[in-house]
Amino acid sequence: MNKKPMPADTMIKFLAFVFFSAICAFSHAAVQIQSWSLSNGARVLFVENHSLPILDLSVDFDAGSRRDPPGKSGTAAMTNALLARGIREADTPAGREPAMSEAQISDAFADIAAQRGARVDDDRSGMTLRTLVSHRDVAIPLLARMLAQPAFPQDVLERDKARAISDLKESLTMPGPIAGRAFEHLLYPNHPYGLEPTEASLQAITREDLLAFHARYYVANRAVIAMIGDITQEQADRIARQLTSRLPQGAPLPALPPVTIAPGREERIPHPASQAHILIGMPGSAYHDPDHYALTVGNYILGGGGFASRLTQEVREKRGLTYGVYSYFNPMAQPGPFQIGLQTQKAQTARALQVVRDTLGDFLREGPTDAEVQAAKDNLIGGFALRLDSNRKILASIAAIGFYGLPLDYLDRWPEHINSVTAAEVRAAFNRKLQMDRLSTVVVGGSP
Amino acid sequence: MKSRARAALAAFTLSLLPAFAPAQPTQPATTAQVTEFRLDNGMRVIVNEDHRAPTVAHMIWYRVGSIDETNGTTGVAHALEHMMFKGTKDLKPGEFSQRVAELGGRENAFTSKDYTAYFEQIEKSQLAKVMALEADRMHNLQFDENEFAKEMRVVKEERRLRTDDQPIALLHEALYATAFAAHPYRHPVIGWPSDLDHMTLADVRNWYHMWYAPNNAVMVVSGDVGPEQVHVLAQEYFGKYQGQPIPRGKPQDEPPQRGIKRVTVRAPAENPYVALAFKVPALHDIERDDDALALDVLAAVLDGYDNARLSAKLVRTDRVAYDVDASYSGIARGPVLFILDGTPAAGVTTEQLEKLLRGEVERVAREGVSEAELNRVKNQLIADEIYKRDSVFGQAMEIGAMEMTGLSYTQIDRLIERLRTVTSAQVQAVARRYFGDDALTVGTLVPLPLSGKKPAPATAPNEPLR
Repeated sequence: MNKKPMPADTMIKFLAFVFFSAICAFSHAAVQIQSWSLSNGARVLFVENHSLPILDLSVDFDAGSRRDPPGKSGTAAMTNALLARGIREADTPAGREPAMSEAQISDAFADIAAQRGARVDDDRSGMTLRTLVSHRDVAIPLLARMLAQPAFPQDVLERDKARAISDLKESLTMPGPIAGRAFEHLLYPNHPYGLEPTEASLQAITREDLLAFHARYYVANRAVIAMIGDITQEQADRIARQLTSRLPQGAPLPALPPVTIAPGREERIPHPASQAHILIGMPGSAYHDPDHYALTVGNYILGGGGFASRLTQEVREKRGLTYGVYSYFNPMAQPGPFQIGLQTQKAQTARALQVVRDTLGDFLREGPTDAEVQAAKDNLIGGFALRLDSNRKILASIAAIGFYGLPLDYLDRWPEHINSVTAAEVRAAFNRKLQMDRLSTVVVGGSP
Repeated sequence: MKSRARAALAAFTLSLLPAFAPAQPTQPATTAQVTEFRLDNGMRVIVNEDHRAPTVAHMIWYRVGSIDETNGTTGVAHALEHMMFKGTKDLKPGEFSQRVAELGGRENAFTSKDYTAYFEQIEKSQLAKVMALEADRMHNLQFDENEFAKEMRVVKEERRLRTDDQPIALLHEALYATAFAAHPYRHPVIGWPSDLDHMTLADVRNWYHMWYAPNNAVMVVSGDVGPEQVHVLAQEYFGKYQGQPIPRGKPQDEPPQRGIKRVTVRAPAENPYVALAFKVPALHDIERDDDALALDVLAAVLDGYDNARLSAKLVRTDRVAYDVDASYSGIARGPVLFILDGTPAAGVTTEQLEKLLRGEVERVAREGVSEAELNRVKNQLIADEIYKRDSVFGQAMEIGAMEMTGLSYTQIDRLIERLRTVTSAQVQAVARRYFGDDALTVGTLVPLPLSGKKPAPATAPNEPLR
């Protein structure tokens, strides 16, 4: 359960990255996804699995931080967090439902040992639930009320704003989060993906903002419900209706500005830490990108494949310059970042940066070898089963398939797509997405 | 801060690679499908069958951790963990990882105060191959001076990342070093900086030869396998090695504490933070150590769910803290601490929060806990028994951690059963007994401003950094 009203931005990005990896690795082990839409427009994806007496589900909306009102960054996350901080009284055809305080909500879930979670990233905002299937009749109606009838108590909002500002100020003393924020600003100077909460933007959020945000974005016709567990399709359908029946219909949402790619820039930020934190990247790829599979294979070789990757070999294994170096593409609704990250002792900053740039430059120029491509395929395809071996992992993947509108056979066909990638395709795809002179660099705490 | 504190505590277990979060060894596994056997050389093998998906977690646990280290060579257990990837008689440095990757596997390792463990997660048909690789490096590790020098640089970067630049981690390092004067739990798992500077190849080689033997190891295999298959493979790959005498170190028992201890860490941060560590009993005997069980329930009543006492009172209602935690695990080879910690809200001092945190324990000591709270905590124990079965790796972690600390996986069900019998009176009794000044160490983080905090002007586009 997420007790924090405002998760650190770096964590959001990291989770998005993990999540993407999870999706990517699916395939032959058949996951039978059943999918349908409700009359209210909500989309349902369901995997029937009776091996454990549990139910996992998520409900997502197009209510991520890219929808934050101007000057009020943090509204999406605050709205999501306050769904759990009080339910208002409501009249329903079945009778009057009493108001509930945050303590009553928490205790109600705890009494049945259900685990509720929140999820907010740039694109999505929603909730997750894990419950014993025998207790779903308590957990589901409660979740439905939280989604539809939040009270947004004023005094709780003030309290949680103070906590969020405290968290923000703390993160602004840490080199990693400082680097992450600066990086977003460099990559997305004119797009909501580049906006981060500030003390002023958090301070500016009012109860009316939460009410308006909730009314506009938490709507039935844009809900995506993913479920896996010990229920039938008929029961899943009933649960999906329960979760969305109290939600209104929403009007179409305004288009967001396109992501534009500016010339690369560099920013150095002093910091007393013993290590420099380095980020390098540019906007990369969105979902539905035809280069998706080539980028997946290529990034495994460049910086995604643990010890096997070129970056780890060059920076850590050959030179001992870092504990960890990685690269990833984080596909989002619009082009999400390509990012390389590492930390190194300050005095080694210039050397580490040079090694990273040389490694990436070589990769773009020469592309991978056939042997590297084969090794990447062996790992990605051979390790596919590991991405499907728990309800929790499958839930995360089908939730993304639903939200981003990926084809339902995405997982089934994933291995054959990966298997068809060639070294030439990797090189071409990387060069389409990345150019050395458009990469931005952030160094927090580097050597002068 | 919840996240800060958790990150700091997690730092007591170190992984070879970053960005890996081991599943927490939470509540116990059913023993229904678990089989155990022992090879002639003394190596124990535990198989947890779970046929939900065609995957397997294969782990080798060595019963050696920083608890077995002595001053001057702290961090050697972890340094060896890194060297275990640096080649054997048959494999070049890094080839171990490369082979596992080609099999579609994931691998990593971690070192804690009590043990060092290595694991691979693979599709089930690859089990024999990864077992062969683990067996190889149990016996045939090579020690190259140049590889060692490079890897020690990596370990020192790891220390900078995890501890030196993390104020909360520094505070917890100081807290343990203050709470324990004699017991080796006073040393950080990653080692003191000076010991890392002076670590030699001979130190890690000696460590390997002293501790890495089949009779000091437990294999745990969890997933879509049968015990017969694992037995045959284990015999084939590990059965050929001889057991050897395993050193039995002196106990290095902690002398009684005779008054409150305090330590302060000043580091760049925004918020102050305070942690209170009370010396309390560990869980060695599930049938007899009632106080350890009651302490476990006390921690859950204080901080085991969203609206548990500490958060409900101090964060939500009284708003005197931004974050508060209580943590206790009695499952350890050495002495254990019950820790209360938190970040005071603006206008509240760490001294005030210290009193308020202790006040919540005193409230339990005075009034006991309600049936509703006890039931919530116990329901969670029951549900966790089912939830945990969603992860084969988590189940392997739980079994291994129990075994390393001297308890047995066969006691997992019994432990849950015993926890479910804990009464309000027992919780009240431990709240009265163990939270006085004499067993307390208080660590306080005093935030320092960041100098030169303002961003420098951006340099010209694409000019390389010098």
